[in-house]
Amino acid sequence: MTVNDAGRATSADSLPYGGQPESAEFIQLLTPEGERVENPDYPLEISAEEIRSLYRDLVLVRRIDFEAIALQRQGELGIWASLLGQEAAQIGSGRALGPRDFAFPTYREHGVAWCRGLDPVRLLELFRGVSHGGWDPNAHRFHLYTIVIGSQTLHATGYAMGVQRDGAVGEDGEAVIAYFGDGATSQGDVNEAFIWASVTNAPVVFFCQNNQWAISEPLERQSRQPLYMRAHGFGFPGVRVDGNDVLACLAVTRKALQAAREGQGPTLIEAFTYRMGAHTTTDDPTRYRLAAELETWKLKDPIERVKAYLVRNDMAEESFFTALDAEADELGARIRKACREMPDPDPMAIFENVYVEPNALLEAERDQYATYLDAFEEEVIG
Amino acid sequence: MTRLTLSRALNEGLRKALENDPKVLIMGEDVGKLGGVFRVTDGLQKDFGEARVVDTPLAESGIVGTAIGLALRGYRPVCEIQFDGFVFPAFDQITTQLAKMRYRSLGNVTLPVTIRIPCGGGIGAVEHHSESPEALFTHTGGLRVVACSDPVDAYAMIQQAISCDDPVIFFEPKRRYWERAEVDIAGGLDAALPMSKAKTLVAGTDVTLLCYGPMVKTCVAAAASAADEGHSVEVIDLRSLAPLDTETIFESVRRTGRCVVAHEAPVISGLGAEIAARVSEECFYHLEAPVLRVGGFATPYPPSRLEEHYLPDLDRVLDAVDRTFGY
Repeated sequence: MTVNDAGRATSADSLPYGGQPESAEFIQLLTPEGERVENPDYPLEISAEEIRSLYRDLVLVRRIDFEAIALQRQGELGIWASLLGQEAAQIGSGRALGPRDFAFPTYREHGVAWCRGLDPVRLLELFRGVSHGGWDPNAHRFHLYTIVIGSQTLHATGYAMGVQRDGAVGEDGEAVIAYFGDGATSQGDVNEAFIWASVTNAPVVFFCQNNQWAISEPLERQSRQPLYMRAHGFGFPGVRVDGNDVLACLAVTRKALQAAREGQGPTLIEAFTYRMGAHTTTDDPTRYRLAAELETWKLKDPIERVKAYLVRNDMAEESFFTALDAEADELGARIRKACREMPDPDPMAIFENVYVEPNALLEAERDQYATYLDAFEEEVIG
Repeated sequence: MTRLTLSRALNEGLRKALENDPKVLIMGEDVGKLGGVFRVTDGLQKDFGEARVVDTPLAESGIVGTAIGLALRGYRPVCEIQFDGFVFPAFDQITTQLAKMRYRSLGNVTLPVTIRIPCGGGIGAVEHHSESPEALFTHTGGLRVVACSDPVDAYAMIQQAISCDDPVIFFEPKRRYWERAEVDIAGGLDAALPMSKAKTLVAGTDVTLLCYGPMVKTCVAAAASAADEGHSVEVIDLRSLAPLDTETIFESVRRTGRCVVAHEAPVISGLGAEIAARVSEECFYHLEAPVLRVGGFATPYPPSRLEEHYLPDLDRVLDAVDRTFGY
């Protein structure tokens, strides 16, 4: 099976039930061994400095993830959803976004958040339980994390319909990107989003990180066909990219975003990757998958191949890697400190930001609870 | 003043909202050329175009989900759910996303989305076309829930709902769509009662009868009948179901000492239960009788040949009123 420019499968359209597609069947610009591959459909002019910058992002978001897992183990976070193994998919697609584009994440898009300039400490608030997110989506053009699977794909599509109504499609247009996983492709909302985007020709890119596992359920529980092929049935292009190849993710997402901005409508990108860690820190993958599988994917690590490429082509000196290690240490220390020092919100915050306009019943409940709490304080003092 | 049906009054209200704010959009199934199955959006697409009066694909979660996205972009969508029983595919988007977005964003995001739902029975419809799901929404923090009962309120309240910065679930009494009244569509809304306030329709001294939506007409008629029997019934149209205008409710019950709540929705865990509990807490020493509820049974909505038994009619409301005098 090959994939043409429009991302349409040209042969062997379906696989036997449970069949896993060969890894060669995707857009790849950098092999796991760190060899640069050219693809005429996705030409990528990229300087050594830019590749070093991508490498820096990959290393730093892996460090954020590492620190967050440790903080959860130490009881500082309630839970953490690790992005381990998916750094390239997130940094490649995240770095493809322009400043005016808008991203709608799941709860695992820590790498995209990083690309949008959101302080990783803000992400910890949600996982520590001091807020449900709480950042200003418009300030970073990065929506709140969405936990209900697939809901955000409709929000992204609606937002893109607003972009159309604002006349912001065409030259210098804006695009929207919706992130979701392989499990989400079974949700009604995701399929409805595909329909809406298709019939409205909305400027939205659907970026599916197929990490092979929806908690314990392998891909064959969700689909008999490679996921990118679904796009064809909805009437827009689908393309599969090596999700562990940051250069390919960058090039493929860039092209899809540009098509959306110019009014060519949606694209489905399936980033073929692997969740190297647990679903979240409460999960135990040893119950449902073999260690050997993880070992084969370790050989395709998204970070090692970039390092190999940089070193082999003399694009980075040893001092670059040393400085980056130091930067990661510094970031880690800052995150640990900020997390441990993060105060619990005031109890009265429970009642805030429920409504814009006054709500007498809610205000009465708030006042009643405040009086109740005050009574304890008086007792202590008295 | 213009004599309008409730359906037409909503239409005029929507028209005003579209005229007054270019960010207002109408979206739903068959709202365009057809004008909606109840003709509430009749002619609006012709006048405001397909970008503002949007015939959507047939998927309710998609309607509300994309409305949320449009609201995030600065639009003010008004979604039509074609029938009450079809809101459930959108229930997830309404309760997990629409209701909570402001809270989750610590106030950084507001979603001024209105969701119009024709509700209730009495039109001889097939299954899933006669439901009263309001309590499912009043139970959800972050939503405002209102119900109009006549053309005058329909015209004003739909505009108030659209201009409200909170998400509003807007119930329309299906079997009252063709009721007529004189509506002032020339003037503004400055004199209109705020959407959050209940309205006393009939003043009385012996018992407070609380109702909303399609039951209002029934309850006003019941009060007239009760007057013939020597009972002075005060009828209050709640209008706002979340939040409740408890000030108006309590003031009335403290005067009358008796309270009956009527709704089409099942009595069990219904809005009447919430009202009864609050009245008991706040008006305990004024009560001459327990708060009584009259409404649908703890069953699915029955086939339409039986709905006259299920829907509380004038006699069942009067029966409840009479029973409050038996204590």
